[in-house]
Amino acid sequence: MTDRPLSKRERLKIDRQEMPTSDAAERSRSFTEVNVGFTEQIALLEAQRCLDCKRATCVDGCPVSVDIPSFMGEIERGDLAAAARILFADNSLPAVTGRVCPQETQCEALCVRGRKGAPVAIGHLERFIADWARGHHHDDVAAVEPSGRRVAVIGAGPGGLTAAGELSRRGHAVTVFEALHLPGGVLSYGIPEFRLPNEIVMDEVRRLEALGVQIECNVVIGRTYTLEDLQAGFDAVFVSVGAGLPMFLDIPGEGLKGVYSANEYLTRINLMQSYAFPDANTPVLHGDRVVVIGGGNVAIDAVRTALRLGAHEATIVYRRGRNELPARVEEVSHADEEGVRFQLQVSPLAIEGNDERWVTGVRCVDTELGEPDESGRRRPMPIEGSERVIPCDTVVVAVGTRANPLLTSASPNLAVTNRGYLIADDRGMTNLPGVFAGGDIVRGSATVILAMGDGKRIAGTIDEYLHATAVTIDSHRRRVMSEKGLGTW
Amino acid sequence: MNDQQNTWVMAASGHEVITNTQLSQDVHKLVVTAPRVAAARLPGQFVIVRLGDGAERIPLTIADSNAENGTIVLVVQAVGKSTSDLVGLSAGDHIHDVVGPLGRPSDLVVEGTVVCVAGGVGAAVMYPIAQGLAALGADVITVLGARTAASVVYADELAALGELILCTDDGTAGRTGFVTDALADLLGKRPAAVVYAAGPVPMMRAVAAVTQPRDVRTIVSLNPIMVDGTGMCGGCRVTVDGKMRFACVDGPEFDAHGVDFDELDDRLGTYREFERQAMTHVCRSAG
Ligand SMILES: Cc1cc2nc3c(=O)[nH]c(=O)nc-3n(C[C@H](O)[C@H](O)[C@H](O)COP(=O)(O)OP(=O)(O)OC[C@H]3O[C@@H](n4cnc5c(N)ncnc54)[C@H](O)[C@@H]3O)c2cc1C
Ligand SMILES: Cc1cc2nc3c(=O)[nH]c(=O)nc-3n(C[C@H](O)[C@H](O)[C@H](O)COP(=O)(O)OP(=O)(O)OC[C@H]3O[C@@H](n4cnc5c(N)ncnc54)[C@H](O)[C@@H]3O)c2cc1C
Ligand code: FES
Repeated sequence: MTDRPLSKRERLKIDRQEMPTSDAAERSRSFTEVNVGFTEQIALLEAQRCLDCKRATCVDGCPVSVDIPSFMGEIERGDLAAAARILFADNSLPAVTGRVCPQETQCEALCVRGRKGAPVAIGHLERFIADWARGHHHDDVAAVEPSGRRVAVIGAGPGGLTAAGELSRRGHAVTVFEALHLPGGVLSYGIPEFRLPNEIVMDEVRRLEALGVQIECNVVIGRTYTLEDLQAGFDAVFVSVGAGLPMFLDIPGEGLKGVYSANEYLTRINLMQSYAFPDANTPVLHGDRVVVIGGGNVAIDAVRTALRLGAHEATIVYRRGRNELPARVEEVSHADEEGVRFQLQVSPLAIEGNDERWVTGVRCVDTELGEPDESGRRRPMPIEGSERVIPCDTVVVAVGTRANPLLTSASPNLAVTNRGYLIADDRGMTNLPGVFAGGDIVRGSATVILAMGDGKRIAGTIDEYLHATAVTIDSHRRRVMSEKGLGTW
Repeated sequence: MNDQQNTWVMAASGHEVITNTQLSQDVHKLVVTAPRVAAARLPGQFVIVRLGDGAERIPLTIADSNAENGTIVLVVQAVGKSTSDLVGLSAGDHIHDVVGPLGRPSDLVVEGTVVCVAGGVGAAVMYPIAQGLAALGADVITVLGARTAASVVYADELAALGELILCTDDGTAGRTGFVTDALADLLGKRPAAVVYAAGPVPMMRAVAAVTQPRDVRTIVSLNPIMVDGTGMCGGCRVTVDGKMRFACVDGPEFDAHGVDFDELDDRLGTYREFERQAMTHVCRSAG
C-alpha cells in the first residue's frame, strides 16, 4: 500500500471510534437495531487507525481469512466498492458477521493496536462496508456455464446458505431443503431483530435466489425425505442442520407454566412475531419479572428480548463470574446499559410454582469459583447456607443446545460421535461418499462465521468431488427422482 | 406482516384445499394437496400447518392420505382462532405451509386383540392407527366416544375396520356413558394385548387408569402445544417415566402408564388468556 497518506504517528494518535447506538432507555423497549452503524466519516477515521502491518496478524484471527489490511486501505482511499469486493471475496455474509462475530476474540484480539490501547474496530468497519454494498448493487457475478450437477443442501442456516451460494457460483444446480417455513436458521429464529434485522438475512437469501439457488422450505430431511432419497436424487449432499436441540437443567419445576427454553422463547418472538399478538396469532407470555438462566449470546438475547416485551425486571442467573460470561462483550455491555440485572456466581437448584403451577421463582445457591474444569473455566462450587429464591413469573432456560437426532436416527449408516454430532474428514466428507457436513452439526454449538467458513471451504471440496466423479443417471435415480418429486433430469 | 418474507412462503405454498366437508357442528374434514407428505407418511404421524402470514403453526394428525392424488386428509375441530380459520377455508383456498410428516410412526402391535379407544376428534387421530393395524391383520375393536350423537365423527370409517363400540355421554347413540366404562367391560370379557388411546387428556388419563391395574400395554397419542415440530424448541415436552421427552420427535405416542397427564393437561392451559383474546379480536374485526 503505497498511497496511504498518513504517517504511523498520525495514525497512532487517532482514538478508536465509538459505534453510535440508539438511546438505551428507549431501545430497551423496542426491537429497532441497537447499533446504528458508522457514518462514512467515522469509518474513514477508524480505517486510518490501521497500521497496515506487513505481517497482518488480524487476518490469522479471522476464520475465513478476510484480507483486512487491503479492505481498510480501500476505505481509507474512499473506494468503497473495492473494499466491498475484497470483503465479499472471503465472506459471503459480511452484513451478518459484521454484526454478530465475536471480533474481540478473533481479528480484533490479534490487532497490534490492541496491545497498547484499543484494536481497530474491524467488525464495525466490516458492517459499514457490507451495509454500503447492500445499498449499491455491486453483485457482479459473471454467469457461469451450468455444470449439469445437482447438489442438495440440508438446512438454510449460515452454513447451508454459504455453501449454496458458492456451489451455485461454480455452476452446480443447488436445492436447499429447510424444515421451517423461513430460511436463515438461527439468524432468523434465534438472533433478535435488535441485533440482526431479519431484512438483512432475507436480502442475502434473495441474492442467492437470484443466483439460481432453489430454497424449499417445509421439508424435513429424515421425515419428508430421507438422506438416502437425496443421495439418489443429487450428486452430492451438504448437511448443515445445526445443533438446535435445547437442553434443560434437569432440575425440579421445568414443567411449570412460564418456563421456556431460549429457543422456544426466541422462536415465538422472532420467527412467529408473537410480540404483535393478536395481529400475529402466536402467543408468548409477557413476563413482568423474567429470569434467564445462562450466560452465552443466547441468554443475553433472551433477557434483552424480555425487557423489550415489557418486563420490569429481567435478570441473568449465571453460575460463574462476569469474566467467564461466554457472550460477546458488546452484548453484555449493551445489556448492562439497558438495565438487565446480573446475578453472577449463582446456580439454580429448582424452579418453584404456585398451586396453579405457574412459576413463582427460582431457588438458587451462590457459588464460589474453584479450580478450572475440563473447559478451562473455573468450576462453580455451591456455598453452603446461601440458598434463596429469586422471585419471578417467567423462566427462560438458555444452557445450550446439542445435536438433534431427527436426521441421523433416520440414517443409521451415517457415522456420528457419541454425542450425536456428525463426523467429517478434512474435506468435510462424512463416512458416506458424496455426503458432506459442516457448521454446528459437526463442530457443536459454534459461531456464524465458523459455519460460513465450513460452507465455503466444503463447497470447494464438493466441487472437486463432483469433478472427480462421473455423472450417473441410472434407472434407480430416475425412479427416485420422479416418485419422490425431486425434479427430473 | 412482513412483505419481504413472502417470497419463500409463496414458493412453498400451493397446498390447495380440494374439499372441506363438515362432519359435525365443529369438526370439518379437509382434503389438502401435499404430495410429498402423502408419499412419505405412515400411521401416527402429523403435519404442522400455517395458514399464512402471521398465522400460528398448529399440529394436526394426518387422518388419511392418497399418494397417487398427492392429497392428505385433516380432520379439524374448531376450538380456537387457528382451527376456526382452517375450518373456514373453502375448496380452492390455499394453506401456505404444510410440513411433515412429523413424529414417529405408530408402533403397530399385531398380537391378539387390539383395542382402540377414541374420544371426540380423537377418532380421526385413531383412524390411521386402526387402519394400519387392520391392514397388518390385527383383530381391531374400536371404542368410540362422544358427547352426543351429533358430535360423533369417523364412526363409519372405524366400523369398516372391525368391531365398533359406540358410546355417548347422553345416550343419544350407542351405549350411555364414558368410553372407559365400555373399555373396562370389554377387558373383563376379552383379554387384549394392547390398547391405543387418543382424545382429550382426561379421557386418556382415565383409559390409562383402567388398563394399568389389568397390566395391559397402553399407547396414547399426546397432543401438547407445539411450535416447530422438529425438536428445536422443547415446547412440546412431556414427562414420561420421570424423564423429559419431546412429543414432536420422541412421540407423539408414548406408554400411557408412564405419562404425567396432570402436567400435560396443565401446560395445555398456558395460553388460555391469550386464546380468549384471539377469539374476541376475531369477533371484533368481524363485527
Ligand atoms: C440466540 C442465538 C444467538 C447467537 N448469537 C451468535 C452471535 O452473536 N455470534 C455468532 O457467531 N454466533 C451466534 N450464535 C450461534 C450461531 O447462530 C450458530 O453457530 C450458527 O447459526 C450455526 O450455523 P449452521 O448453519 O450450522 O446451523 P443453524 O443456523 O442452526 O441452521 C440449521 C438449519 O437447518 C434446519 N434443519 C435442521 N434439521 C433439519 C432437517 N432435518 N431437515 C431440514 N432442515 C433442517 C434448521 O431449521 C435450521 O434452519 C447464536 C445462536 C443462537 C441460538
Ligand atoms: C400431534 C398432534 C396432533 C393433533 N391432531 C389434531 C387433529 O387431528 N385434529 C384436531 O382438531 N386437533 C388436533 N390437535 C390439536 C390441535 O393442534 C389444537 O386444537 C390446535 O392447535 C388449537 O389451536 P387454536 O388456535 O384453534 O386454539 P387455541 O385458541 O390455541 O386453543 C383452544 C383450546 O385448545 C387447547 N389447545 C391449544 N393447543 C392445543 C393442542 N396442541 N392440542 C390440544 N389442545 C390444544 C387450548 O388449551 C384451548 O383450550 C393435535 C395436536 C397435536 C400435538
Ligand atoms: S414442537 Fe418444538 S420441540 Fe417439539
